[in-house]
Amino acid sequence: MRSLVIAFFLTLFSAQAMAASAGVQLDHVDIDITDQASLQRGAQTFVNYCLSCHSASFMRYNRMAKDLGLTEDQVKQNLMFASDKIGEAMTVAMRAEDAEKWFGVTPPDLSVISRARGTDWLYTYLRTFYLDESRPMGTNNLAFKDVGMPHVLWEKQGYLSKDDHGHLSQAREGELSQHEYNQEVHDLVNFLAYIGEPSKLQRMALAKWVLLYLFIFFIVAYALKKEFWKDVH
Amino acid sequence: MSQSIDTGKRRFLTAAASVVGGAGAAAVAVPFVSSMLPSAKAEAAGAPVEVDISKLETGQLLTVEWRGKPVWIFRRSPEVLANLETLNDSLRDPSSNVLSQQPEYCKNDTRAIRDELMVLVGICTHLGCSPTYRPELAPADLGAEWKGGFFCPCHGSRFDLAGRVFQGVPAPINLQVPPYHFQGDNLVVVGQDAEGVA
Amino acid sequence: MSSFMNWLDARFPATKMWKEHLSEYYAPKNFNFWYFFGSLALLVLVLQIVTGIFLTMNYKPDAATAFASVEYIMRDVEWGWLIRYLHSTGASAFFVVVYLHMFRGLIYGSYKQPRELVWIFGMLIYLALMAEAFMGYLLPWGQMSYWGAQVIISLFGAIPVVGEQLALWIRGDFVVADATLNRFFAFHVIALPIVLLGLVVAHIIALHEVGSNNPDGVEIKKNKDANGKPVDGIPFHPYYTVKDIVGVVVFLFIFALVLFYAPEGGGWFLEKDNFVPADPLKTPEHIVPLWYFTPFYAILRAVPDKLMGVMAMGGAIVFLFLLPWLDRSPVKSIRYRGPLFKIALTLFIISFVALGYLGTQAATPGYTLAAQIFSVIYFAFFIFMPIYTKIDKDKPVPERVTFQ
Repeated sequence: MRSLVIAFFLTLFSAQAMAASAGVQLDHVDIDITDQASLQRGAQTFVNYCLSCHSASFMRYNRMAKDLGLTEDQVKQNLMFASDKIGEAMTVAMRAEDAEKWFGVTPPDLSVISRARGTDWLYTYLRTFYLDESRPMGTNNLAFKDVGMPHVLWEKQGYLSKDDHGHLSQAREGELSQHEYNQEVHDLVNFLAYIGEPSKLQRMALAKWVLLYLFIFFIVAYALKKEFWKDVH
Repeated sequence: MSQSIDTGKRRFLTAAASVVGGAGAAAVAVPFVSSMLPSAKAEAAGAPVEVDISKLETGQLLTVEWRGKPVWIFRRSPEVLANLETLNDSLRDPSSNVLSQQPEYCKNDTRAIRDELMVLVGICTHLGCSPTYRPELAPADLGAEWKGGFFCPCHGSRFDLAGRVFQGVPAPINLQVPPYHFQGDNLVVVGQDAEGVA
Repeated sequence: MSSFMNWLDARFPATKMWKEHLSEYYAPKNFNFWYFFGSLALLVLVLQIVTGIFLTMNYKPDAATAFASVEYIMRDVEWGWLIRYLHSTGASAFFVVVYLHMFRGLIYGSYKQPRELVWIFGMLIYLALMAEAFMGYLLPWGQMSYWGAQVIISLFGAIPVVGEQLALWIRGDFVVADATLNRFFAFHVIALPIVLLGLVVAHIIALHEVGSNNPDGVEIKKNKDANGKPVDGIPFHPYYTVKDIVGVVVFLFIFALVLFYAPEGGGWFLEKDNFVPADPLKTPEHIVPLWYFTPFYAILRAVPDKLMGVMAMGGAIVFLFLLPWLDRSPVKSIRYRGPLFKIALTLFIISFVALGYLGTQAATPGYTLAAQIFSVIYFAFFIFMPIYTKIDKDKPVPERVTFQ
């Protein structure tokens, strides 16, 4: 009985440890989907590196143009494959059966990945690929053990290796410094956060007006109530 | 114990609360009513259609779909164009005075940007059937006066090769000419004016 | 206008109903904060129905397209994101309001004679609401939608002899599938809303037949003036219509704060896993029902035997129905109850909240023990109630309501 009670209290206090599931320490990233410059850079990275395997089939190009402060022509030149129309969504050419064969799993659609995984997880994931000979692609990942995705951004980050203590260090240099790479991933995650919920821009803009209106309504309604309740003793 | 009721104040506050509340109710109605407008998906599906006319022969009718409607594109010969004027007396609206039926750049004798290339929405203005293309002269069922046009099988409406409606048929107005423009010699963009207005 | 009303009243009891239920329905004048939640529940019901209608215009109840249709609403439909968030936030708000409404019933003895039927109708509404929410949650067809439904429906399989057939009949397939989605859609969109509306009407009619209770538990109809009106009563209209408007505005303010700044509710209102499309071949690590079901889920898991667990979970709700007959005290309001009831109710509320928390966590041995302890307290509240309410040292109840 006593050991059960001790176990009970121990479990209570270890709830914090359980909260960070699978014990991965996540790095924090600051998201700002009103930063159009950041979103534009992130969109470029996304189209160049992600869109060949992953679709974002709920995100339409013309809406992205509007929210990122680009003209439709700019989007057509820089962010679209020639065959797509501006009103269409960001779909991918790779067929599901091919993906299954090459990677073992269909690369998931990324439209709402930021809402499913969280931005801190995505930021950590994209920066913690490390060399691992036992894996078919030659790399593994700290946030997603035995992931089927290769380290697509290897040119930018170079390669990391993991020591016996689970610490990552630079094994081969890439084009970017660590700081520059973090910036690039930050922009990409910012973009993923944006495509996760583009209407958040409208939501945040409308919020203060609704609350202001309700506050005014409250003043009037309360005055009305007080006046009538003078009758009640 | 009970003070007299200030009815003036009560009326004012009730009115104020009603106005503020009413404004809120109206504002709340806007998103719901707007949500029934065409969505981005419908807008995208209704986007302009590009048609290559380089292989289109004179007299040949091409049908494309735009916003779920059939759109006819066909080449007219010089004889057909010359015949158009002679039909004016038997037409309801030979000068295209009903403005809703064509863009202003098609309010002319041939109802077209380039005389020989005709674009029409293939839906009869009576009750919405799609008329048949009858370019031949004087067929037995249409009579000796027929100089080519469109015949609607549902209720017998007749239109000429500029889409203009004849008198004495159920259809009230000319066939609609959609917004369109040319990109170069061989491309027609249906659904969009030259300035980019859809 | 008055001639129109004459015409109408000769054919339809319009003015009669207006008087009976609003302008001459005398409610106690001492209603406090706890008495806002009935009208708020009605408001949220209307909100859910209206937003539900507009969602149904664009939602597709098909396993292949349901998830995409929700994202279509969020992105392509004008203001669709607002309608969706109103509905999802509204669902959680409904349970917040209903639980606080029920709490009022517990503390002021609103379930006691002659209001037993009001309480029964209310409990039936609670059941219908839980079914409505459960079925609604399957519709987005996310991972949590799918697996939550899979787990709960399989509970029916625990019933001996008929269990498996019953589960198969509910699902319409061997696992939760397109057939299940279609029928849950039918139930959620039309069947249960009609039931809910009918029950709400019955609930209000039953209440108006006997008159409202109040925080002092004093029956105001016992003290009438020369005109036959209760001296401690005031007409619902204009006094409570005007007061309830204030309540509505305050509620809407808090509701708007959540809707605009945290519609996901920190993962409690819109769960993260539900942004992953349903995958019958991949079970999520952590299947949790929505927060408003978690107390009963904790009770279910606390019992090691599957069938007994289901019966305990059911029993937890059945006992609530029996409250009017378990409570033997002549005193209604907690203000005048003895210490035993106050302690028992406090322990009950603590257990309910604790069980709610435990239902969200993984079932470790420590947590399971805690759930077992709190379940015992939960049931003890009801089982021993006939005894401790009888022997409790209640305080004298005043003749008139207390009002300042």
